Amino acid sequence: MLDDTLRSNRLPLAPGVGYKPQHFAQILEHAQPVAWLEIHAENYMGDGGRPLAQLRHLSEKFPISVHGVGLSIGSEGPLDADHLARLKHLVGWLKPASFSEHLAWSTHDSHFLNDLLPLPYTNASLARICEHIDQVQETVGRQMLLENPSSYLAFEESTWSEPDFLREVARRTGCGLLLDVNNVFVSATNLEFSPQGYIDAYPIEKVGEIHLGGHDEDEDDHGRPLLIDSHGREVVDPVWALLDYVLERSGPKPVLVEWDTDVPEWPVLRAEADRAQAALDRVPA
Amino acid sequence: MSVSQESFHAALMNPSAAIPKGLLDAVAQPAGRRFSVYRNNVAVSLTEAMHQAFPVITKLLGAQNMDGLSGIFLRKHPPSSPLMMFYGEEFPEFLAGMEQLSHIGYLPDVAQLELALRRSYHAADSEPAPADALAVPPEDIMRARLGFAPSMRVLRSDWPIYSIWRFNTEDNAPKPDLAAQDVLITRAEYDPVPHLLPEGGAHWIAGLQAGQTIGGAFEDTANHFPEFDLGATLALLLQGGAITSVTIERLAT
Repeated sequence: MLDDTLRSNRLPLAPGVGYKPQHFAQILEHAQPVAWLEIHAENYMGDGGRPLAQLRHLSEKFPISVHGVGLSIGSEGPLDADHLARLKHLVGWLKPASFSEHLAWSTHDSHFLNDLLPLPYTNASLARICEHIDQVQETVGRQMLLENPSSYLAFEESTWSEPDFLREVARRTGCGLLLDVNNVFVSATNLEFSPQGYIDAYPIEKVGEIHLGGHDEDEDDHGRPLLIDSHGREVVDPVWALLDYVLERSGPKPVLVEWDTDVPEWPVLRAEADRAQAALDRVPA
Repeated sequence: MSVSQESFHAALMNPSAAIPKGLLDAVAQPAGRRFSVYRNNVAVSLTEAMHQAFPVITKLLGAQNMDGLSGIFLRKHPPSSPLMMFYGEEFPEFLAGMEQLSHIGYLPDVAQLELALRRSYHAADSEPAPADALAVPPEDIMRARLGFAPSMRVLRSDWPIYSIWRFNTEDNAPKPDLAAQDVLITRAEYDPVPHLLPEGGAHWIAGLQAGQTIGGAFEDTANHFPEFDLGATLALLLQGGAITSVTIERLAT
């Protein structure tokens, strides 16, 4: 369990965006760009070249959040020691304002699947995830935030609700939480529970960062709505409403807009960040 | 009913496999099509990664054929690490083994070129040797040993891979003629650039990489390639910032 004194600086209580290289020039030229940027850790694990040069440059001007998408914290097997060492190296030189990963698995038998795969919530998976998070925080040397997934199905074997599971992980490991509001909405639609009920049960005091993103709409075999977390369009109105519901309970938080596929021109992304700012402005500090 | 990651993984990678029992929808019925979301995400994201990694191969084969090939490739060679920037290392060999593609013999070497460009893009930064490092008497030049940038790559091919690459990436590039071509990749700043190497150039650079002097490697190269143009090859390396050190051993007097 990590001591709170290991927390380094924090993200601003303001909107940030997921950094895309095609926006590099606009971000630097914009008179009032966003307050902070988030990067996917794995894209900055090469030996050199433009990606690292851009990141070094941006990190002199913006607080950076390092968001891992490949550690596979939920793996049944051990964590990939090489990958953990790469994360330690990145976080070591960049000294980001935040470091986060997912409640999911993505590697099996050294095969990386490039997707965030779901976990059952059982005592066994809880113990394993806590062990992995302890290992991550000890190796990387700082607190991490753990993000709730988008779910398309449920496990019959689960004995914990997701909010309770996350609360217990945070309690045992001292990690913080990254609340992805779109993921809550996607899972709530797909698994037919109340998103507000989820937020009410969720340990909101552990939230260090909030994510927003767009999703796609589909149907399952029975014609019921099936939402897919695609990060390829604007955040929908019900998710903005759910953000308001969260912020009323949490107070102001760093809010990130993610847009990873069909990446739009900078002004479109910037407009989403402005909408997040408007939501933050409605919250008493 | 518990679902192991082993069985989840097996069903993900095999679209005709049964969906593991114990995965449910919102009303506790078998998950059915919901499992396909994960299957799709994996296949689509890896296929997309292959398109991005091999744009010229994609253009040569057509996007649909590339989708089909990627589907086979990603099951045979799933990524071995979360660093997607390096995905596709086995693709040239995979292409070479596809009998249906044996009539397009240059595909594996073109894929090698695309891999090498990507490797160069992510290679460690380096400083070129000072401009005057080779401004020395000719006999000293011949005794010099060179260090090279980590971003430099050399490829040899029996096919006109340089011309094929240009024809598919540049407007108005000339149509490739049948010829063996060797390629040098340099990265002066952040963008790797392929250059056509003069005959023997790849042989000479390999000699230098093995620790030979400029003169020693030249003699060896000239034996195999009497037309070898040392000056033109050296100029490509210098212009591309690929030479990072020049070491000249003084003769004992």
